[in-house]
Amino acid sequence: MSDFRQWAAMGGYAAFVWPAYGVAVAILGVVAGQSWWRYRASRRALGRLQGGSRLRP
Amino acid sequence: MISRLANPTRFMRASGAVLPVLAGVTPLMLLVGLYLALIVAPPDYQQGESVRIMFVHVPAAIMAEGVYDFVALASFIALVWRHPLADIGAQAAAPLGAAFTLVCLVTGSLWGRPMWGTWWVWDARLTSVLVLFFLYLGYIALANAFDDPGRGSRAASVLALIGVVDLPIIKFSVNWWNTLHQPASILRAGGPTIDKSMLVPLMVMALGCLLLFATLLLLRMRTALNERRVRALQLSAVPPPPADASPVLR
Repeated sequence: MSDFRQWAAMGGYAAFVWPAYGVAVAILGVVAGQSWWRYRASRRALGRLQGGSRLRP
Repeated sequence: MISRLANPTRFMRASGAVLPVLAGVTPLMLLVGLYLALIVAPPDYQQGESVRIMFVHVPAAIMAEGVYDFVALASFIALVWRHPLADIGAQAAAPLGAAFTLVCLVTGSLWGRPMWGTWWVWDARLTSVLVLFFLYLGYIALANAFDDPGRGSRAASVLALIGVVDLPIIKFSVNWWNTLHQPASILRAGGPTIDKSMLVPLMVMALGCLLLFATLLLLRMRTALNERRVRALQLSAVPPPPADASPVLR
């Protein structure tokens, strides 16, 4: 068995170790992605309004 | 310094300067943490490789409680001093705390199955952390439950303060009751009982999670302030109704 496969097998606990890391990355990734997406949307909305108000006297 | 930064304009300027640095350091710290946790750290002499779950489970648990401290403190400041940033901070932090708590619960379950032989048990530690998760959800729901955001955040702040009683229960549950969960091994009288080879990766991962929280907190607070500004501009842009359209009340 190669070193990598041995490492990936996690001494027989692969079915628990990898899902644990996967779930953590997925949950925190979704929250981070949602936060970033909403931040960008808020900046765009603000830019539109402020840009628009500058055009009007 | 806090009272100086606690002005929305100053906050936007300061957080705008800090955020790029945090956003750069956080992924690095987490990558180093993952490398230490998955490759460098040794397997446990009893638990074998399954102990690697600890390096996500424990930092998530620390953040679950720490973020709640933050939400409760900010709620207290919001209630007592009515500080505008305190509400925004608490509401920006709560979903992050809920996420860390969920990570803690799920990874704990995945660790409990091979080590304890069960996914879940209604013992004091597990149940009190589940209660923490519901406290977060309740806080978020309450904060958004009212048309008047001021009322919503006041109600949510009160819930956050009541929920503080759960924190010492979580911390001391493993000492007060006979639980399946192990007792404290890091923050305990007499020093940590965990070996350096595992303590260092654990601390790096915990620091990475703390940085992730700080990054997302600032991002979400800036979002809330932007959205508030958008609402204010939209309201000011609405032309006043024509005089004859207003109801005559005589």
